[in-house]
Amino acid sequence: MATLEIRDLHVTVEADNATKEILKGVDLTVKQGETHAIMGPNGSGKSTLAYSLAGHPKYTITGGTVTLDGEDVIEMSVDERARAGLFLAMQYPVEVPGVSVSNFLRTSATAVRGEAPKLRTWVKEVKEAMERLNMDPSFAERNVNEGFSGGEKKRHEILQLELLKPKVAILDETDSGLDVDALRIVSEGVNRVRETGEVGTLLITHYTRILRYIKPDHVHVFAGGRIVESGGPELADKLENEGYEAYVKGGASA
Amino acid sequence: MAEAQNIPVGSTTAGAIAVAAEADSTVATRMSAPPSFDVADFPVPHGREEEWRFTPLERLRGLHDGTAVATGEGVKVAVEAPEGVTVETVGRDDARLGKAGTPVDRVAAQAYSAFEQASVVTVPKETVLTEPIRIAVHGEGGTAFGHQVIELGAFAEAVVVIDHTGDAVLAANVDYVLGDGAKLTVVSVQDWDDKAVHVAQHNALVGRDATFKSVVVTFGGDVVRLHPRVTYAGTGGEAELFGLYFTDQGQHQEHRLLVDHNEPHCKSNVVYKGALQGDEAHAVWIGDVLIEARAEGTDTYEMNRNLVLTDGSRVDSVPNLEIETGEIVGAGHASATGRFDDEQLFYLMARGIPEHEARRLVVRGFFAELVQQIGVPDIEERLIAKIEEELEASVA
Repeated sequence: MATLEIRDLHVTVEADNATKEILKGVDLTVKQGETHAIMGPNGSGKSTLAYSLAGHPKYTITGGTVTLDGEDVIEMSVDERARAGLFLAMQYPVEVPGVSVSNFLRTSATAVRGEAPKLRTWVKEVKEAMERLNMDPSFAERNVNEGFSGGEKKRHEILQLELLKPKVAILDETDSGLDVDALRIVSEGVNRVRETGEVGTLLITHYTRILRYIKPDHVHVFAGGRIVESGGPELADKLENEGYEAYVKGGASA
Repeated sequence: MAEAQNIPVGSTTAGAIAVAAEADSTVATRMSAPPSFDVADFPVPHGREEEWRFTPLERLRGLHDGTAVATGEGVKVAVEAPEGVTVETVGRDDARLGKAGTPVDRVAAQAYSAFEQASVVTVPKETVLTEPIRIAVHGEGGTAFGHQVIELGAFAEAVVVIDHTGDAVLAANVDYVLGDGAKLTVVSVQDWDDKAVHVAQHNALVGRDATFKSVVVTFGGDVVRLHPRVTYAGTGGEAELFGLYFTDQGQHQEHRLLVDHNEPHCKSNVVYKGALQGDEAHAVWIGDVLIEARAEGTDTYEMNRNLVLTDGSRVDSVPNLEIETGEIVGAGHASATGRFDDEQLFYLMARGIPEHEARRLVVRGFFAELVQQIGVPDIEERLIAKIEEELEASVA
């Protein structure tokens, strides 16, 4: 069973000619089939965790370990991490002019699966996945994220999640900027992948709204660069009612 | 209409739209001397002139100052033409030379003043070729001055592929003369060895209702400076000017275009795209469009796009549109230079795509749309292969 283990992870970023520590010892284990929600106020380091796990060059890992099924993730390049089974659905997907969605998806699937998918079954697979996400077929001919609305960008991220079938999916504020309809469609996509039982999901969010659609097994409160409290789904209800205030104050005095 | 975005350090994108009275056309007055066939009418450029300010004169091997001397076997020209086409080698006094345009700078005038023989390729009227005419220009390490004429009679249709390979110092004028209703596609490939210097003026004279398509592809050479120019001989003419360049470390590739809308109801569409990689790679694109007072009903658009793949390269992109009549269908231009950035790379790699593959994907995509418009399948395939080759070199 696939397991992502994060132990005492410390991460810094260079800003204004100074080195700033953002993650200050994160411990977390995500197993296949589990869904973990990471919730926290703005600036708590949630997105840094997501991008550090994916290997974004902006972040420097200064301490701790990350392993996927015992393999050292930190030693892997960005593409190796993806091929090992890590997937990051980004908060701000990047425009890639001149590269069509269909070409991008096929190149990506070929890289992750280790061989080019058979054309006929692939076309069907993409078409069906797009239909489930309410995406128009013409979408495939557009350039990656170019001119996409916020909702289209997120659906495109979830389309990739469905096609690439990772072992661990990190969803970075996938709910931000979505209206209720789009949120429902995107959440259904995530749930289809979760229901296979083959993916561990790390759902990073600022709001509790998405948790009405995607039910987490574990909820973690993230503040001041680390997990400050963990619990079951009931913790989300507490956050819904009380907000992050207690944690922010606690973080400041700690 | 002018736009400039994502300009990396070391690039300029300037554009101008001028509305001028007929008497003071800036496109004409920006040149340091009026057009002439005689090199003596042009002063030796010193590098600060508008038309020379981007060009490294010291690398022109004397083409600009009269010190370059033709060597015997400088450049070999071989023409392979299907049946029905006339191919001739003629002397300087042949009446068909210089009809499509007059040299506008000192090197073009130098070429016209110094060439000894010209090649004239004629497609008779109403002859429709099914196979391309292929002209191989191969440099043997020498210096040469050349002149070529490609003339299509009324309603003739032809595709001409001109291939430049090897090593040479070459200054040349190429005339394309299109009869009424003729259709000519010319693909000029500059696939020179690293040391070659190539400076040429291409003059197209587009007949009434004729269609001219030019595809300029520049990969090789130390310095390549081309000056494709279009004028119309009657109403209803159409010109499409496509260009693709891949500027590597140390290379200077300059494309200076002029479309002179001197007749009413003509169209022009210019699309040039370039990728740059490596230190001191320098691409220059100048797009001049002039809509003369009598050219009512003109429809024109020009666009230049550059993709900067590495630090240290430089793009200068200058579209100019000068309009002397408001009675037109449309006129516009755009120029943009963008960088293949780390965020794009991260996004593609985060989907499992290895770095070299990611770069190839982006560059192939950048050029694909343009390549598809060439309409000559074997050239399209060759270009895609060549682009892959250039990328392979960059990844290594």
